[in-house]
Amino acid sequence: MDLGPHAGVILACYAAVTLVIAGLILWLVADGRRLALQLAALEERGIRRRSAKSGDAEPEANARI
Amino acid sequence: MATLTQRYANPTRFMALSGRLLPWISVAAALTIAWGLVLAFNVPPDYQQGHTVKIMFIHVPCAWLASMVYAVIALSSAGLLVFRHPLAEVSAKTAAPIGAAFTLLALVTGALWGKPTWGTYWVWDARLTSVLILFFLYLGLIALRSSIDDEALAGKLTAVLAIVGIVLLPIIKFSVDWWWTLHQSSTRLTSTIDPVFRAPLWVMALGFLLLFAALHLKAMRNELLRRRVKALTLVAVERSGGAPAPKLAV
Repeated sequence: MDLGPHAGVILACYAAVTLVIAGLILWLVADGRRLALQLAALEERGIRRRSAKSGDAEPEANARI
Repeated sequence: MATLTQRYANPTRFMALSGRLLPWISVAAALTIAWGLVLAFNVPPDYQQGHTVKIMFIHVPCAWLASMVYAVIALSSAGLLVFRHPLAEVSAKTAAPIGAAFTLLALVTGALWGKPTWGTYWVWDARLTSVLILFFLYLGLIALRSSIDDEALAGKLTAVLAIVGIVLLPIIKFSVDWWWTLHQSSTRLTSTIDPVFRAPLWVMALGFLLLFAALHLKAMRNELLRRRVKALTLVAVERSGGAPAPKLAV
């Protein structure tokens, strides 16, 4: 595809948007995975919120996290 | 009867609903942006700008989102201060880095577009300068929140700054009308843009809106997870015989 004499500028714009958005997505996904692992490790040790009854740790909600 | 916002004030309920919605919104965003890119790269060159008109299809959605995300932050901040909605603070906190990213992209793509169009990357005109101030305001919100250990206090102070800062949005919007600027006047999508360029712009704008919705939902879910991990860490510290540490940073 011929983008004319300013092809470099056009491609630089699209590259900048791609890089920043991809960075945001990767950061959010990695952060989510790290937190889910931390939460799973805590729950595996039997640690529940003070407000939660034993054996009542919102299994549905946690399963979706 | 509980309103929709009251009904989903419960973080557990929000996690369940957002967990179901997030994949669909993400796929819709990806497909819409892909469709927009196909349209964008198949438009003919503009009679004045040539192929650089293609920059509009990413610059304009980023610029719109820069202001829109700030409005989301200000509304969420009002929700926190006025209604004490438990998710409002989470919404305001998590939208700020996303809004900063879109504002940065609007500035960068605008500067790159400016070189072939205006002959310069940057001028201190009203629109460009007010958007730069918006970017600094985003950074200020993030920095203020990070500088205070007490999360509740940080949330309230940041909310006050966010609400005060909303005065910038009409300045950005009308800067091209109030002052003589190098930046063009507001685009009237139904009259000043040729239909051949209008369709890709609308599609890309919708795609970016869906992208923001997906990013924001994911960031809010992460923040709720972070708070749950923090709460459980405190319980673990108490159980191990340590003193309760309500302000422990996690």
